[in-house]
Amino acid sequence: MKRVDHAEASSRFIAAKEHVDFHDQRLWDLRQKRDREAALIPEWEDLRSLASAIKEHALSRLADYLEEFERNATANGMTVHWARDAAEHNQIVHDILAAHGARTLVKSKSMLTDECDMRPFLESRGIEIIETDLGERIQQLDDEPPSHIVVPAVHKLRGDVARVFGRTIGTDPANSDVPYLAESQRRHTRPYYLRAGAGMTGANFAVAETGSFVVCTNEGNADLSANLPKLHIASIGIEKVIPRVEDVGVFVRLLSRSALGSPITQLTSHFRKPRPGTELHVILTDNGRSERLGMADFWYSLKCIRCGACLNTCPVYRRSGGLSYGSTYSGPIGVIIDPAFNLRKYSSLPFASTLNGSCTNVCPVKINIHEQIYRWRQLIAERNQLPMVKKEAMKMAGKVLSSPKLYRAAVQAANAGLEYLPRFMIYNPLNAWGRQREVPKAGRQSFREWYLANRGGK
Amino acid sequence: MKVGLFIPCYVDAFFPEVGVATLELLERLNVDVRYPLNQTCCGQPMANSGCEEDAAPVEKLFVKNFASFDYVVTPSGSCTHHVRDHLTAIPQDPKVQKVRRSTFELVEFLHDVLKVREFPWARFQHKVGLHIGCATLRALRSASMSELGGPSWSKPRTLLSGVEGVEFVNPARPDECCGFGGTFSVVEEPVSAKMGYDKVHDHAKAGAEYIVSPDMSCLMHQKGCAERLGVKVKFIHIAQVLNGARA
Repeated sequence: MKRVDHAEASSRFIAAKEHVDFHDQRLWDLRQKRDREAALIPEWEDLRSLASAIKEHALSRLADYLEEFERNATANGMTVHWARDAAEHNQIVHDILAAHGARTLVKSKSMLTDECDMRPFLESRGIEIIETDLGERIQQLDDEPPSHIVVPAVHKLRGDVARVFGRTIGTDPANSDVPYLAESQRRHTRPYYLRAGAGMTGANFAVAETGSFVVCTNEGNADLSANLPKLHIASIGIEKVIPRVEDVGVFVRLLSRSALGSPITQLTSHFRKPRPGTELHVILTDNGRSERLGMADFWYSLKCIRCGACLNTCPVYRRSGGLSYGSTYSGPIGVIIDPAFNLRKYSSLPFASTLNGSCTNVCPVKINIHEQIYRWRQLIAERNQLPMVKKEAMKMAGKVLSSPKLYRAAVQAANAGLEYLPRFMIYNPLNAWGRQREVPKAGRQSFREWYLANRGGK
Repeated sequence: MKVGLFIPCYVDAFFPEVGVATLELLERLNVDVRYPLNQTCCGQPMANSGCEEDAAPVEKLFVKNFASFDYVVTPSGSCTHHVRDHLTAIPQDPKVQKVRRSTFELVEFLHDVLKVREFPWARFQHKVGLHIGCATLRALRSASMSELGGPSWSKPRTLLSGVEGVEFVNPARPDECCGFGGTFSVVEEPVSAKMGYDKVHDHAKAGAEYIVSPDMSCLMHQKGCAERLGVKVKFIHIAQVLNGARA
């Protein structure tokens, strides 16, 4: 499988100046709204600690809480399925649809179904799928994956959306008026709700003690998807389970404030049992989560509630766009989740970070994101997944810097103008430093030489 | 109090004046400060690239050079962060632990250990944009962080406030990373340069004549960006300002 080249992909994103500056500012606005909302809650930092502790507790007894959820959900009249991996998940969805003769599926946003590549699997078996979240729908019509876990089409300008809709749902490609585009999409999508044989949602939280689950959305599309067809399927990652219904309040207070800087999502829907005459199926999906739970340095990432705050604050994400990560999960959380799925394919991602730590500070469940990025780098080197040129450069740097004599020779060479930068900074054959920046000029005298001359080497 | 001065490799080679200012400043404050002549690097470039194995002999040399001092002081936040939080490629014997505990970035050493507030010999009559590197800010916690809210405070700003004439200007995104990031600056050159350009423009827009920072590596990157862009902002390390540099 081909390695993702984040740097190369980011250079294409940056080349479109209008796009990158809009993208950066739009997400920075969300970050600032988040700051303002957080500041209005005096106990904000306590809430973060509490949310983190609840998640850590739930993950430490994951099997017990999942079985409690299954018992209670089954008693409520739901059907609970277990999927070991993406293939099993997709097969279960298909089997349920086939048993009901459902050929059209309306679905709301779910990162898990993207993670499982569910859409192509079902489409190749003759199922028609309509994404009903506006951003997801834009991305589906443009045949692109979502670029952000909360605002999937945030990398597009409204003119881009007008062109996509003009090409696919017959709007005026020159009209980029936002209400016009949103209303056109709504009118286009509504009939699908009425004829769909099944509706699908994800879940933000699965509550063990009640056997219920919670879906937080802003557009109303999840509730239409869940409540109009006679069949509702919910895909839920096993890390979404929390012990008690009163825990939901902690997360609901954090979720939308962190994500969009709004106090709460427009809709917070609790699903407890199927409506009379309908069926409600839940698919509890592992797909690598159990394995990650067993990784000493990395299991904390399972606390993630998918708010996207780390993406919004990440200066690298804002300037490279979600698609440059080549994965369902992008930005800082993607950087620490993706290598667990495929170390080789995603081995460049932990290096798409300055380790600045802003992600860790905004995370509502206190995942030590930037420390995990540092740990992934060690693991990637250990497993021989570093590019050869970098590996060699580091070996050489280690050799030079562990020998005062070799080090002084290198500094002298720099001072004599033979070399501008220490070798570990110019291992890139194209000398990437100087492409867009001036190179620092070495002085004629190093500090050490000055010290010897002026302090007599005391 | 015996203080060992650690001058990071890029400061040694490219910005010796920052090392000189750090040394002179400590001497002015009557600190018994020495520069061990066999020093090289703290191991950060290798470790941050995932190559702890290559960092190990460098870390060993660092500890050997500085084991006999009460404090190790360096004009670099990220080196301090490495020594304090990541110098783990070698066995953690008591000597290693002691060096890790006693290593301080210059500003925190002045602010927390020496508790200096006034710099009567210094005058810097310029509009100053303060840049605190991410390691100094979020790992050493030398100032309040915009993500965490609460009252605003800043050790570098407190020190600069003790210098006559300094007038602060405030960029729109004061604690956004500038995009240096060590080897990130070459491995992820497109994003790194874009971040640097944005940072330099933000400071220029706020009216900064000088960007002052406790982190020379950030300044090296931003200076390279500003020169290429033709943005007329100047760069100076906080040690130079505190030591009395006029411009």
